Amino acid sequence: MNNNLIQYILGIADNSLILGQRLGELCGHGPSIETDIALTNISLDLLGQTRSYFQYVAQLQGGDANEDTVAFLRLEREYKNVLLVEQPNTDFGYSIARQFLYDVYHLALLEELQDSKDEQLAAIATKSIKEVLYHVRFSSDWIRRLGDGTEESHNRIQTAINDLWIFTDELFHQTDADKVMVAEGIGVDVAMLKENYYKKVTAILEEATLQIPEVEYFQKGGKQGIHSEHMGYILTEMQYMQRTYPNMTW
Amino acid sequence: MTEQLIPIDQELLDILETVSDPEIPVLTIVDMGVVRSAKIENQKVYVEITSTYSGCPAMDTIADDIKAAFKQKGYEASVAVILKPAWTTDWITSKGRAALEKYGIAAPLSEHADKEALLGNKKLVKCPQCGSQQTKVLSQFGSTACKALFQCEDCKEPFDYFKCLK
Ligand SMILES: [Zn+2]
Repeated sequence: MNNNLIQYILGIADNSLILGQRLGELCGHGPSIETDIALTNISLDLLGQTRSYFQYVAQLQGGDANEDTVAFLRLEREYKNVLLVEQPNTDFGYSIARQFLYDVYHLALLEELQDSKDEQLAAIATKSIKEVLYHVRFSSDWIRRLGDGTEESHNRIQTAINDLWIFTDELFHQTDADKVMVAEGIGVDVAMLKENYYKKVTAILEEATLQIPEVEYFQKGGKQGIHSEHMGYILTEMQYMQRTYPNMTW
Repeated sequence: MTEQLIPIDQELLDILETVSDPEIPVLTIVDMGVVRSAKIENQKVYVEITSTYSGCPAMDTIADDIKAAFKQKGYEASVAVILKPAWTTDWITSKGRAALEKYGIAAPLSEHADKEALLGNKKLVKCPQCGSQQTKVLSQFGSTACKALFQCEDCKEPFDYFKCLK
């Protein structure tokens, strides 16, 4: 069993899982029918991608593992998603800002992961990228509409960007497992994506007449399993059925 | 767009063509381009399918429907979902595109035209009801992940547009 590979895959897949779960909360609660459908469609894409990764993890783990045990039966510290994706849907501006800051990174990551030496990861990336292109387009479009919209929408999206900015640097950190996988030609060297990421994000924020936040301190921890206070609530809701009725299926 | 034909034994193809996409019943899974291979070995049928979108909830149903269709003809079938090569709307056959339009879903445009239409820059999607090109995007995401919602400015009908995926 290749533990570094498993940890590496979880580092990618858990982002999709937790962001998908967060977006799923908006089902039936979006500000308009169109945005409601869009956000839940994006959620579905992310959860579909998560399934592909988790099926692969379960195969590597062997034994009784399956995609559900990977998704639902881990402890909080065993989830390796970044802090950004677990941040709450405070308002529509926060949901869009979180999505945008993640989408730009997600696309850049998948573009590199397509060339992974691990064929299964490369295949998942090649498939996912087609879906994520639509996500980036949707969230960038809304950043522009809110930023360059009314005074109210401008102020609220600016507040969301300011608050979430401190979570962006973590996207480019590497765990020990990441470093081993990069050395083996399987993983993506995320540090290399950083400069271009901020360039792209800045260009769209400027188009949207928004200010680029200036912060000196960035928050991190998710990749090591040290999560924010929100994570426990997400897992409680997400794991409830499997914990209450072990091995249940729909 | 290039039509991509998968070489499949006629007997198996006939059976596969009785299975339709559960979300778009006028479209067979063959015309949809999700069947990637089918063969018989030692009396058993092996079918490979690929998903349209990663989160497509229809895949499990399609696999079950394939098994049921072969069982009816006396075959045991095993279905594997493969990821590579990734599905593209180019694999929808011309018969499939015609069926979509007739059903009221506008067929996918080329990659560039698709982007222009979805961003609302150009009016390129034809209304499947009246044929007018005076249509506007209402929502980039529609009733399922593969579709966007449009409205015709002439006959006023809202309709689904099957987004280009390449
Ligand atoms: Zn019309």
